[in-house]
Amino acid sequence: MRTIQIECLRYHPETDAEPRFQSYEIPFSDDMSVLQGLQYIKDHLDGSLTFRWSCRMAICGSCGQMVNGVPTLGCETFLRNYYPGKVRVEPLNHFPIVRDLAIDQGDFLRKLESVKPYLIAKDAPEKGTFLQTPGQMDEYYQYSKCINCLLCYAACPQYGLNEKFTGPAALALLHRYNADSRDAGKAERMQVVNAEDGVWGCTLVGYCSEVCPKDVDPARAVNQNKINSTKDYFLRFFRK
Amino acid sequence: MKTFIRPMAGWWRRNPYYLWYMLREASCVVITAYALVLLAGLYRLQQGKAYFDAWRDSLSTPWSIALHAVALLLVLYHSWTWFKVMPKTLPFIRIAGWRVPDRMIVAGGVAGAVLCSAAILWIAR
Repeated sequence: MRTIQIECLRYHPETDAEPRFQSYEIPFSDDMSVLQGLQYIKDHLDGSLTFRWSCRMAICGSCGQMVNGVPTLGCETFLRNYYPGKVRVEPLNHFPIVRDLAIDQGDFLRKLESVKPYLIAKDAPEKGTFLQTPGQMDEYYQYSKCINCLLCYAACPQYGLNEKFTGPAALALLHRYNADSRDAGKAERMQVVNAEDGVWGCTLVGYCSEVCPKDVDPARAVNQNKINSTKDYFLRFFRK
Repeated sequence: MKTFIRPMAGWWRRNPYYLWYMLREASCVVITAYALVLLAGLYRLQQGKAYFDAWRDSLSTPWSIALHAVALLLVLYHSWTWFKVMPKTLPFIRIAGWRVPDRMIVAGGVAGAVLCSAAILWIAR
């Protein structure tokens, strides 16, 4: 069986002043993902290695990490692609490291809450359910595929430089509800869009959309809302 | 809870994607320099023929040719990068229910730029 070197960033808040790297040599087969490599380390070599994971199939969004400097889901990245080189695994960029590969997601969760990511319904139809055409669904469907894996935040230098920036996933989910024909909460959410740290914090680097594992295209959601924000600003002069 | 936040210093050198992004942003400096040279030409033109001819002569110095060559390369790259991201700045465009694919929007932008450049070259020939 072939072996590959995995270099992990390690950080223990109680004993380490700053993170360090630790290398492990593990046997691997062609069908093994980076996540399975980490699991091998935890099960056989070093039980103290800390990382998040759950579904193993790019649905839960738990195992986001930097693999050789690129934000990726560990479960859908294969070790064979890096052989005979080594694999360097780090926690997602731009987030505070809690321990080893686990980051603190608290900032994102607060931002997610601020965009009201739920339908603020219009008056319900008198009979039956809301009806929606395929065209109306197409307006928001791709944005609804976000799994909150935070790869886009790790890809966004603007978020790294200014943690107040609402950021790609939260703004994509904001747009997902604003673009939904059943929703009536746009006016409430536009305050987040228009804010200094809303869509205008984005300089269209575009890397967030490149790394998104679900083709959400958050850069598109953010930049479409620059138009909406501009309209919101100028049209107020014509409103009573 | 004690956490560790890694510094951002040198972030744009860590990934080639960021380097290309920085080149796109930095290209505006050289493009501004080119626009200022052009503006100086306009100013010389209103001063009279002798001044304008002197300005034209100054364009054939090696430094000026180098600036214009670099500006041409950067403006080509700058245009391409912005057309590439153009679909991201637009709402979905639909024609009778059919959604115009992103690559057609990009191709349309590039074609428009090529046509405009060709028209300018034709007028200036």
